[in-house]
Amino acid sequence: MTLAVFFGCTFIAFGPAFSLFLFTIARDPLRIIILIAGSVWGWGPWATSGHRAFFWLVSLLLSSLIWFIAVKASDPHDEPLQKGLLIFGVMFSVLLQEAFRFLYYKLLRKAIEGLVALSEDGCSPISIQQMAYVAGVGFGLMSGAFSMINLLADALGPGTVGIHGDSQLYFLTSAFMTMVLIFLHTFWGILFFHGCENRRWWEIVAVVVMHLAVSGSTFCNPLYVGSLVPSYVLMAIAAVWAYMLSGGSVQNLRRFLLCAQSEASPQPAS
Amino acid sequence: MSEESEESVPLLALQQESMASALFNTDQNDNSERRRHDNSERRRNDNPGSETNGQPQNNIQQVVDQDEEEDEELTLKYGAKHVIMLFVPVTLCMVVVVATIKSVSFYTRKDGQLIYTPFTEETDTIGQRALNSILNAAIMISVIIVMTILLVVLYKYRCYKVIHGWLIISSLLLLFFFSFIYLGEVFKTYNVAMDYITVALIIWNFGVVGMICIHWKGPLRLQQAYLIMISALMALVFIKYLPEWTAWLILAVISVYDLVAVLCPKGPLRMLVETAQERNETLFPALIYSSTMVWLVNMAEEDPEGQRKASKNSTYDKQAPANQSQNEDAEADDGGFSQEWQQQRDNRIGPIESTPESRAAVQALPSNSQTSEDPEERVKLGLGDFIFYSVLVGKASATASGDWNTTLACFVAILIHWGFNLEQKDERSPGTVVAKVYDAVISVDGY
Repeated sequence: MTLAVFFGCTFIAFGPAFSLFLFTIARDPLRIIILIAGSVWGWGPWATSGHRAFFWLVSLLLSSLIWFIAVKASDPHDEPLQKGLLIFGVMFSVLLQEAFRFLYYKLLRKAIEGLVALSEDGCSPISIQQMAYVAGVGFGLMSGAFSMINLLADALGPGTVGIHGDSQLYFLTSAFMTMVLIFLHTFWGILFFHGCENRRWWEIVAVVVMHLAVSGSTFCNPLYVGSLVPSYVLMAIAAVWAYMLSGGSVQNLRRFLLCAQSEASPQPAS
Repeated sequence: MSEESEESVPLLALQQESMASALFNTDQNDNSERRRHDNSERRRNDNPGSETNGQPQNNIQQVVDQDEEEDEELTLKYGAKHVIMLFVPVTLCMVVVVATIKSVSFYTRKDGQLIYTPFTEETDTIGQRALNSILNAAIMISVIIVMTILLVVLYKYRCYKVIHGWLIISSLLLLFFFSFIYLGEVFKTYNVAMDYITVALIIWNFGVVGMICIHWKGPLRLQQAYLIMISALMALVFIKYLPEWTAWLILAVISVYDLVAVLCPKGPLRMLVETAQERNETLFPALIYSSTMVWLVNMAEEDPEGQRKASKNSTYDKQAPANQSQNEDAEADDGGFSQEWQQQRDNRIGPIESTPESRAAVQALPSNSQTSEDPEERVKLGLGDFIFYSVLVGKASATASGDWNTTLACFVAILIHWGFNLEQKDERSPGTVVAKVYDAVISVDGY
């Protein structure tokens, strides 16, 4: 265990997200603020404990409160009941997260109006699509951090994973799951905001359903193929969808990949 | 080092810091207001970001109303960058505190309490514990209030020597004694063998350079690093010696007191700031974190070398009132140069007459980019904020049974709170109170 596992899991889980952050968000202070505010607004509970705090924490707080009350009010030794409560808690938290994503969308809309008002040329320095992306990354980073941090802290110390008969792949699969969740949150952010902007409710419903599916699939663990594979498939679908919605197309992709040979063509607006 | 002496020794520093913390909450807020004021003034004078000390203040009557609307917008516009500039030092301080708490067990061990909090929390009943913590908090807060009032009185009656002596003693304590303890405990944790001679050398150098950087001049980054370090050290002392419930209560009450002290017309902090503004002085530079060193503008081309040296040598803290008075409708348009500064300059490079005409002439010149930092880029922050929020995060990480989520949640909440704070037109609006409440809620919920 120790350092090798620690660094390995950290980079698996957060590597892509941090590179996204570094290349697209870190340079603009406004985006950083939107990212942190977004992380504060959303997220849901980790499946195993009710003691999560806070804000995106706020949705987290509310959903874990509900789960905690339910747990305290029930018999702790009734296994199926506890599992049922857990499932209920997770589903409730997913719904709360999406609700907070919607609230955050409303907040950002107001912010855009403010930014437009004070800008010198009448248009906002950041578009709603950019905000959707940044908010998604914020949600994802926060959810990933909450999933992984305690795990990583334990990975630093001595021990053997799965020594009591549990799966030996626990840390590794958690890291992969976290990575896919971060990506998913990013894409869901784009999809969700696009759906809200253009009044396409089916996009919003699709996001919620996908989220429920991914969270629900984690109950297949430790049969990790049951949770990781569908999640990655869903991520690919969401990625393509979000790319299309953001103005991408096969032509754009080809032009980008062959950029050395193409004529000077305007890049699609971010 | 006996335990008793450790308890009694933080006395002085605690007095200083706890008072200063409450004090500089105000300073920070006032600086935000001042910044906004500056910004609107600049807009008014059609000189965004550049020196205006030469221009005659004749277009003041224009568009005053428009500026008040623009005030709110300008806050947001200039706020994003400032917020980010604040995130970094705050984050660093909290990282240092959390890292120490998680690794060095000394700061989580109960080794008694300060004399400010005489009531123990190891009681039999919860009610008793609650009562004790309320009493502890009450005592602590009254100490802070008394110290603040004392400071205001001293300042009002111009007992600067006393104040400076007080500041110097407390920073001496922090830089030498507390860092000595800190170093010792870190060595103990990592089982590093060390001799007294090396330690003496290290601590002596650390302390002396710290005193120089903080109270006099030094490279900006070094000064910032020292301020962060002493804030972290102070926060660690609080975390160690304040029992849990007392600590949370104190944090809550300090927020409320902050509000009251700044908003009330007779509030001590408000009086202090107003007095400072009347006299066109800054408050104690040793306890303010500044994000940039702002240099005064070159005035004439006669002696560029000497000018640059002179302006560099003026301590950065004079910039704040100079900046402000540049933009104010000053009765005596001396271009913002205080008497002290002028004397200093005259001593260095010989008398140079800075008349309105000469200033206007310089103003007409293309701006010399090599000298002045953009004053709007500068953000000032009271160390009190650093300390108390580090205490918040540190306590959360110390007591939440090793749970990192709580720490992370606290940290993010504090960032949001500060971002919010800076964005608010009126720092004391309900929004910031709400944000502070959230801070407390997370921490409590983290158990």
